[in-house]
Amino acid sequence: MTRLALAILLFLVAPLAPVAAMNIERVVSPGGIEAWLVHEDSIPVITMEVAWTGGTASDPTEKSGLANMVSALLDEGAGDLDSAAFQERMDEIAASISFSAESDYFRGSLQTLANERDEAFRLFSLAISSPRFDEDAVERIRAQIATIVARNRDRPDWIVEDTWFKSALGDHPYARAGEGTPESITQITQADLADYTKRTLARDNLKIAVVGAIPAAELGALLDKTFGTLPAEADLPVVPNVELPERGEVVVVVRDFPQSVILFGSQGLLRDDEDFIPAFVMNYILGGGSFSSRLMEEVRVKRGLAYSVGTYLDPRTHAAFFFGEVGTKNERVGQTLGIIRRELASMAKNGVTEAELDDAKTYLTGSYPLRFTSNRSIANQLLGIQIENLGIDYVERRNGLIEAVTQENIARVAARLLKPENLLVTIVGKPDLSTDSSLPERDDMAPAPSAHPSEAPL
Amino acid sequence: MLRSRYLALLPFAALLIAVVLGVAFGRSGGLATGAAPVTFTLENGMNVLVIPDHRAPVVTHMVWYTVGAADEMPGKTGLAHFLEHLMFKGTEKIAPGEFSRIVARNGGQDNAFTHYDFTAYFQVIAKDRLPLVMEMEADRMTHLRLTDTEVLPERDVVMEERRMRIENNPVAALQSEMNAALYGNHPYGRDIIGHMEEIVGLTTEDALDFYERFYTPNNATLIVAGDVTAEELRPLAEEYYGVIEERAPTFIRERAAIEWPSEDVRITRHDPRVTQPTWLRFYPAPGYRTAQEADKPAFDLLAEILGGGTTSRLYRSLVVEQGLAAGVQSWYEGSRLDDGKFGLYAVPRTDGGLDVLESAVEAEVARLLQGGVNEGELARAKTVIAAGAVYARDNQRTMAYAYGEGLMTGMTARQIHEWPERVQAVTQADVLRVARLVFEGTHAVTGEVLPGEEP
Repeated sequence: MTRLALAILLFLVAPLAPVAAMNIERVVSPGGIEAWLVHEDSIPVITMEVAWTGGTASDPTEKSGLANMVSALLDEGAGDLDSAAFQERMDEIAASISFSAESDYFRGSLQTLANERDEAFRLFSLAISSPRFDEDAVERIRAQIATIVARNRDRPDWIVEDTWFKSALGDHPYARAGEGTPESITQITQADLADYTKRTLARDNLKIAVVGAIPAAELGALLDKTFGTLPAEADLPVVPNVELPERGEVVVVVRDFPQSVILFGSQGLLRDDEDFIPAFVMNYILGGGSFSSRLMEEVRVKRGLAYSVGTYLDPRTHAAFFFGEVGTKNERVGQTLGIIRRELASMAKNGVTEAELDDAKTYLTGSYPLRFTSNRSIANQLLGIQIENLGIDYVERRNGLIEAVTQENIARVAARLLKPENLLVTIVGKPDLSTDSSLPERDDMAPAPSAHPSEAPL
Repeated sequence: MLRSRYLALLPFAALLIAVVLGVAFGRSGGLATGAAPVTFTLENGMNVLVIPDHRAPVVTHMVWYTVGAADEMPGKTGLAHFLEHLMFKGTEKIAPGEFSRIVARNGGQDNAFTHYDFTAYFQVIAKDRLPLVMEMEADRMTHLRLTDTEVLPERDVVMEERRMRIENNPVAALQSEMNAALYGNHPYGRDIIGHMEEIVGLTTEDALDFYERFYTPNNATLIVAGDVTAEELRPLAEEYYGVIEERAPTFIRERAAIEWPSEDVRITRHDPRVTQPTWLRFYPAPGYRTAQEADKPAFDLLAEILGGGTTSRLYRSLVVEQGLAAGVQSWYEGSRLDDGKFGLYAVPRTDGGLDVLESAVEAEVARLLQGGVNEGELARAKTVIAAGAVYARDNQRTMAYAYGEGLMTGMTARQIHEWPERVQAVTQADVLRVARLVFEGTHAVTGEVLPGEEP
């Protein structure tokens, strides 16, 4: 008994190991294209992650889903290879190339065996610089997206999020489904696809991270070959900034699920807000730490109300959100929401304890190296740091920023951020809200079909 | 914590992982290239396997127990998984809920998972914290302490987990029924999480009885992947795990043979919550352990060639050429102690029905049985599987999982390590032979979810 207790005590006071001693190189190609590289030879694999600003939020309203459709089509034929030839070529060298459209970014990803490097980068280059958008591929992908669009509307997690964003943001681009609507995806033409690609996939809005078996000297030339033919400058539409209205509301979408799926949220903090790091630590204590958060303790451990409950910060380029999610059986929705509101109010009023802050710091700093254990995860970290303009030394500085957070910082940011009366709550299911005594009085809280767009017959 | 707002166009492979309750990793079960992992056995019978990866000063520490949902007694479905949850509720030395808190305080992450043939616990943590998590994991192997105060709310948590995974998901509920039809009275026909009417009756005593019988070092395997060598691990394993006395006999799993369906089964479910139909079919198939030696690696290639990716036969035919399906896939589940299964999955385009889809899938299967596979597609499939084994080495947790799953389902570390080489040796005739095993003379279970009320 004493031995174990002693061991735990020792580990508590021992300093945590520094983040992996990896060398991040800034590689600038002869043609002026920059990438961050971690040269790592121990497995014969190269991973590249890239991002261009200009994601689904840049879609024209009547053609929402455009960026997403482009992301699905870039590997469906490029240069002199049609769709089948391109995909067979990828399989033959076992390379993986994929693209995706997020709200603010268009992402590309490449994974290749080191000995197939040049061919894999050539295929990637073809995909981004000369996609074909052949009619048969476009129509097939359009049909596949139509299926996904329709199937998403059957899923409670999709409905709850869609309802939340439309309720919060009305017709702001962030409120549109990134994959488009059944109508909008029929409006997208071949010319739209080519135009989006030309305007978005440029060099001045591009960030690149590479990890794996490739030395800096060889990467430089490869960057020019891969990205050199892209236009110098992007031409992106302006997306307006938006703040969330301060009003609490509960919107119910009635569907016959035994477990209500619940999303709650309010105004968050932008990534460059001076309170962002304190808010990040606060969120860990409130609902971010998987098995150690206050919400987990109160909702799951003590009362068995949910399998998963958690909160997170979602900072975007043009808006910032604080979100939480929980799923509980319909009969216990009111009770669960009441407890969550109470916990938010308590932290807003009293902040966090010294012990909670200490535990949060040792977790957040000690677990940072866990994000750097694979080539792929390192590449994603390097890309994220570039996107947020945090500087190439951020990996070294980051734990110091966490260590510097005080109880006072957290008390201030908790009071600023956690306003249970301002939560917008969306629920999909057949919830009983009756025991949630802290709800504001509103007619639309009754568990009856709301007039929300996602309630329209499908 | 960033979470994307909406699903982008996922390849249907990604959708499938969400849909199929089976295993997400290591379709091929094997990894290899590089050095084979070192294995040894402690005096008390506990097995140890080490997978070194020195790129980062981090380790993944896992303890696997040779017991799972398929080993529960009748009427107690869900017990293996329930106990997995309860293993975090404390011991004589660690207060309820403190286990995960101590791991987190030390910068680590922890969790656990239960399958039909195994239950496993893991922590990912800085290398210098390895002794701490070994000490704590060893402690809860024999000193679990449970009281109703912690157990009863956790039972509600498990019921919420079931609602989330199955009751709220019409396709998961269909698969639950299909498994029951395919495996009959064999425990693979039950839900791993258990059936609601039985979960609700599980007690603290049930959990402790199960724990006392199965949680013993001679029934456990330690796997550590990451920044550690066998020389470093051995003394630690002896210090923390080697001193634990055997407290129950080694569990020899002897289950009744599976009785496959004696006729084709079709399960059609209408569900007003869905607007889009889904089609699934399960065929009886041996597992990696029960298959004939020469057949074993050929099943993976069959699944890859028939419906593995966008160059596969089903995809080319149904999605690209005929425009009937939005997505189609085949997969092989061989990582089972007893027999596995071979699955087919298809979703139509928004305006399409299931009948024509099913006929088109069957036509492709018939064409393969008629003409076999060609050399080019076999070579491509081998490349994809071999590369998958190399890519898997990028992630220590993937590696630890793949070896653990293989060991728990009757493979040896050497077989797992050599798997990619064995895949390379498969011939066109091998693929055709296993295709006949799967599709000829068997009775499949077909499942459909359709929009609307039950008629």
